[in-house]
Amino acid sequence: MANYATNEFKGGLKFMLDADPCSMIDIEHIKPGKGQAFTRVKYRNLNSGRVGEKTFKSGESVEAADVMDTDMEYLYTDGEFWHFMKTDGSFEQIGADAKALGDTSKWLKEQEVYLVTLYNGAPISVTAPNFIVLPVTETDPGLKGDTAQGGSKPATLPTGAVVRVPLFVNEGDLLKIDTRTGEYVSRA
Amino acid sequence: MLLAKLTKRAELLTATRHFFNSRGVLEVNTPVLAPAGSTDPLLDSFITQLEGGSALPQQLYLQTSPEFYMKRLLAEGSGSIYQLGPCFRNGELSQRHNPEFLMLEWYRPGWSLAELEAECCALVDALLGAASYQRMTYRQAFIDYVGLNPFTASLAELRQTCVAVSAIAAEQLDRDACLDLLVSHVLEPALKALNRVILYEFPASQAALAQVHQDAYGNKVASRFELYVKGLELANAYQELTSASEQAARFAADNAQRLALGKPQVIADVKLVAALEKGLPDCSGIALGFDRMVMLACDAASLDEVQTFSAYRW
Repeated sequence: MANYATNEFKGGLKFMLDADPCSMIDIEHIKPGKGQAFTRVKYRNLNSGRVGEKTFKSGESVEAADVMDTDMEYLYTDGEFWHFMKTDGSFEQIGADAKALGDTSKWLKEQEVYLVTLYNGAPISVTAPNFIVLPVTETDPGLKGDTAQGGSKPATLPTGAVVRVPLFVNEGDLLKIDTRTGEYVSRA
Repeated sequence: MLLAKLTKRAELLTATRHFFNSRGVLEVNTPVLAPAGSTDPLLDSFITQLEGGSALPQQLYLQTSPEFYMKRLLAEGSGSIYQLGPCFRNGELSQRHNPEFLMLEWYRPGWSLAELEAECCALVDALLGAASYQRMTYRQAFIDYVGLNPFTASLAELRQTCVAVSAIAAEQLDRDACLDLLVSHVLEPALKALNRVILYEFPASQAALAQVHQDAYGNKVASRFELYVKGLELANAYQELTSASEQAARFAADNAQRLALGKPQVIADVKLVAALEKGLPDCSGIALGFDRMVMLACDAASLDEVQTFSAYRW
């Protein structure tokens, strides 16, 4: 793979750090009037999801990571793997394990398109679209007259996820959820 | 909003000129584009070509600082001088850097570093409002905030601390690189809480073109101070070296270091060496990042907010 020198660092650059693929989040150039220049990088470890910081000497370089973000449609799970299919017309299928899926399991829906991050061709993370529509499988019946007071109650989705919803929401309603915050947006 | 910042900048420029006028310091303009550049291995110049004029040098440098020309004026007997002008440093872009910035630089023949420090504080008071200044030696600042003595700590200990605070691959770092890293990663963040700080008695290895003397502990230190305001490096001052042979030796050493770093050689200013041979008066000199002063006056978080058109808005 290619190498990137500090002057090529930018947000989103995928690089290898201690054998883990990482993505740069923020880059800061540090240079006293007289003295050495450094580049401080805030990054996300794509395997663990953890955020860290590391400083590089000016001119130092890092190895590029073979990481690709790919749009893929969710098909089904066999209990061990969750199977996705490329949307580029190749119909190529890839199975992601529970670790790669992570919290996105809460927002899984067949035929929805997810961003699957592949490292050396294997999925390491799955990102849900920002908004997703899912039905309510279970919630307490709303009480008449409560709508104006803006109260909330828990509602369970088919994925097992629980979101706070307004009292007027009923079982079977379709909800629009913001997957980044896990919050109810509206009825769909 | 833009107009408010333009107005503030103009007010600060006027106040600066008034300050120096009232003290009998002469404003000068020296070339921004010149056939010699800064040899400093850690500064990179923009280089351009002169077309036509066959008798003139073809390769020209945008100046990283007006220092050399101003020293040539001092050697000619100019007396106290100041300059407000653009400087250019390649590859420098951040919240606190822009490849082009406005530098305020001034020289005081016959003045000690202490006298210049008092004048620097008076200028900052005039521009940002009066406040107290905390003076601390580089040594004490390291002991208090980094937890080690910069003169006696072993290289291994310095590297270990660098790794702990920045996860850097430290095996390539020399002493000064370690110290620079600890200043930027530990000391500067700590100074943010302290408003105005005069940091002085830097290690002799960081003297650049400052004179060297011995501190109370027998360490060789540079006759140099830096002014930090809220953790922002604002000004850097020297009791200037006046030796022509030392200047020539420094140019050669810089270029040797550039070669080792794989950087292009820089044509040194032989006329500066000649001027020093003729005689540079004993003097103190200081460079102050004027855009950073505007940042502080506007309580801005980045240079981009106060430069009229920063590189982000070309």
